[in-house]
Amino acid sequence: MKNYDLVIVGGGPAGLAAAVAARDEGLQDILIIERDHELGGILNQCIHNGFGLHTFKEELTGPEYAQRFIDQVLERGIDYKLNTMVMDIAPDKTITAMNSTDGMFTIPAKAVVLAMGCRERSRGALNIPGYRPAGIFSAGTAQRLVNMEGYMPGRRVVILGSGDIGLIMARRMTLEGAEVLVVAELMPYSGGLKRNIVQCLDDFGIPLKLSHTVVDIEGKERVEGITIAEVGPDRKPIPGTEIHYDCDTLLLSCGLIPENELSSNSGVELSPITSGPIVNDSLETSIDGVFACGNVLHVHDLVDFVSQEATQAGKNAARYILQGKKESGRKLEILPVDGVRYTVPKYIRPDDMEDTVTVRFRVGDVYKNKAIATYFGDTQISKRKKQVMAPGEMEQVVITKKQLSEYPDISNITIKIEEA
Amino acid sequence: MYDVAIIGGGVIGSAIARELSKKKVNAVVIEREQDLCCGTTKANSAIIHGGYDAKPGSLKAKLNVEGNGMFDKLSEDLDFPFKRNGSLVVRTADQDRAVLDELYDQGIKNGVPDLKIIDRDEILKMEPNIADEVVDALYVPTGGIVCPFHLNYALAENAADNGVEFKLSTEVKNVKKAGEGYAIETNDGTIEAKTVVNAAGVYADEIHNMVSGKKIHIVARRGQYCLLDKTAGNHVSHTIFQLPSKMGKGVLVTPTVHGNLLVGPTAEDVDNKEGVNTTGDGLGSLGATAARSVKNVPMRSVITSFAGLRAHEDDGDFILGEAEDAPGFFDAAGIESPGLSSAPAIGVMIAGLVSDKLGLADDPDFNGKRKGILNPSNMSIEERNELIKKNPAYGQIICRCESISEGEILDAIHRTLGAKDLDGVKRRTRAGMGRCQAGFCSPRVMEILEREVPMSAFDVTKNGPDAKIVFGYNKQI
Repeated sequence: MKNYDLVIVGGGPAGLAAAVAARDEGLQDILIIERDHELGGILNQCIHNGFGLHTFKEELTGPEYAQRFIDQVLERGIDYKLNTMVMDIAPDKTITAMNSTDGMFTIPAKAVVLAMGCRERSRGALNIPGYRPAGIFSAGTAQRLVNMEGYMPGRRVVILGSGDIGLIMARRMTLEGAEVLVVAELMPYSGGLKRNIVQCLDDFGIPLKLSHTVVDIEGKERVEGITIAEVGPDRKPIPGTEIHYDCDTLLLSCGLIPENELSSNSGVELSPITSGPIVNDSLETSIDGVFACGNVLHVHDLVDFVSQEATQAGKNAARYILQGKKESGRKLEILPVDGVRYTVPKYIRPDDMEDTVTVRFRVGDVYKNKAIATYFGDTQISKRKKQVMAPGEMEQVVITKKQLSEYPDISNITIKIEEA
Repeated sequence: MYDVAIIGGGVIGSAIARELSKKKVNAVVIEREQDLCCGTTKANSAIIHGGYDAKPGSLKAKLNVEGNGMFDKLSEDLDFPFKRNGSLVVRTADQDRAVLDELYDQGIKNGVPDLKIIDRDEILKMEPNIADEVVDALYVPTGGIVCPFHLNYALAENAADNGVEFKLSTEVKNVKKAGEGYAIETNDGTIEAKTVVNAAGVYADEIHNMVSGKKIHIVARRGQYCLLDKTAGNHVSHTIFQLPSKMGKGVLVTPTVHGNLLVGPTAEDVDNKEGVNTTGDGLGSLGATAARSVKNVPMRSVITSFAGLRAHEDDGDFILGEAEDAPGFFDAAGIESPGLSSAPAIGVMIAGLVSDKLGLADDPDFNGKRKGILNPSNMSIEERNELIKKNPAYGQIICRCESISEGEILDAIHRTLGAKDLDGVKRRTRAGMGRCQAGFCSPRVMEILEREVPMSAFDVTKNGPDAKIVFGYNKQI
């Protein structure tokens, strides 16, 4: 097996952009390891449009968006292995992987980019009571069956969760001939993008029931009925509010979980909020030379931001290999408070950071006419008013090295939601 | 005419079949589902009990202790995962010490070896996460954990390899005395046999009552469980039972033999013998009840929940043996806990009775060894590469959460009494049993079943012929 300096785990949008950026930074020996039989990751099954508005200023489908980056990888002659599963990442960055032709092999990498993406929360993790028949799918699994295999997994469909994939699948299933009866959402607000609620539910007359959840699944072989009920402020079902639907399918779109089993086994420190690695401004994890980007780092709303973030991770991984680790030691923690749930990165190194660092985060509730405020120590540095902020959409703050250099004595940065 | 027809292909029917296959016998196992291991064996605590729990002198006590002692050799011969992790019955300060002492005495009377009552300090050395309220415990070193699916399939495959016939998708409608034996009417014709063994789980009362005037009555007692991710698998290393109290029998917290953590069961009598549904109240109660014995059980890490039905007979003990008023009809009925632990001993006992009745001779060709599906994760890199070179399918991971390769899935489909549906593949290989709960691998396993069985994609099911996964092509439903 050829040796590689940089191994990128995952050939989806994050891995592809990281690889391109690392090569453009001057790094030669790069390998992308992809478990599926083609590059592109989950974008391959996202055949709807709306991708790339930020990156390419045009509306692309998922596969088109992926192809732009695949082309860049191919143009640069970057190596990749398909149908290959990374089995282990050792703390010393030795990668153990396996496929049918090479068998099991190891690569002692100098740096690693984690770009494994995320998985969907399953029925089991949601602890939904009832029978366990066929006909319960995560929205993404249904999306794969419909868009990749051409198979219809249901005729009469109830959807729990208003995450973006669920909304997209409400439209897709309808267009392919199914009847989507309702989308139930546990929270008093949707977890998806506003544009998806309008284009995928409203345009097709599919009702969205906020503050509702599934309380029973009937049918021993195949789903025969679903009962939903309204939930109170404690998110527990309110007796007497049950509504029964005769249906054969339940789709779940109840959140995504970064897939960090490899990271965690290698010793990378994870955030309990994002379930992704804790990183500094170079997107480096708690292990030197291990970087993370995309949905394995934190779940994104738009793939454009994944590409931006992955470009940074790839560039920094290449620099780590080519220039060695430069660290003067000063490290400021970003404190997410008052409605800000977390930030990525969590740490900024004022002396080693780039000229600007984009700090991304999500809010914990729906906020109308509030402001995002940034403090260096106790001093407010910026305040930006937003008409609407919602947990389904990512927010960001840009911090510049120049600004930060004017506050040499602060020990932390605070980002919060406050009155406009 | 068969010498013996065994009704039920769960762990009990399969254990009896495997013991009978040591004899020269013309035997058949009749199973209503299209796969084995679809009833009580599928959903239980997966525990091999020490044997202190049952009343001395009962069949449960005798066969539990005997069965427990058989597991080391059986797991070696039949290549299924089994581990003596030991169990603890813990007592909290508000509970009566006399109850614990009584369990100890009962265990001694039942012949359970190496029992010991240990104090909190000793418990803490074994289980740092034990609840603060726990003061002492009965330590049962012979307690164990097993994979019930693998046990069931191992017994059945070995029986089949030694000549026992298995009729799947065959549901018994009636059993009648006919001449020297019995006529068993099924959805697929009548099967005649000199003797009948009733191992029909929660339906064993119905089968028994078809031929016997001495009626028995089985109620389905539901148990709900939560299974936690492997990240929680080390939370305890022993099986932690709670001392029965006025609060009920409590729940157990145990590692599984595959490295997950299992919490449960509830105990509710239900009217419906197909009632394997979970309930909000049932699942919701498990975390709080578990906290009485183990602290900080990470219930956020639940990856699935399920319910199983125990076959509880009104008199409370196993019913084993020839029905008084139906010669040649043998019951293995009322097999609730410790049924899994007792299964090998029940197999020996019932096969012995049948064999004596029929005067069966030993089969010199009996081969008691069976190889399970390979577990490449136990292999070295060199061994694994050797395997992939011989069969590249072992290099292609299909289930990413459990690292299950295509090679293992192909073996599961093509071996004796192989898998025919997604759950059959799952029970044999664990593909789909991990934290994503088949979200990623189910379309790929469907594709493999479609190609290998072979069958139409529209006939691939989750579990049984009616559990369709897809209905047709897009726009054609």
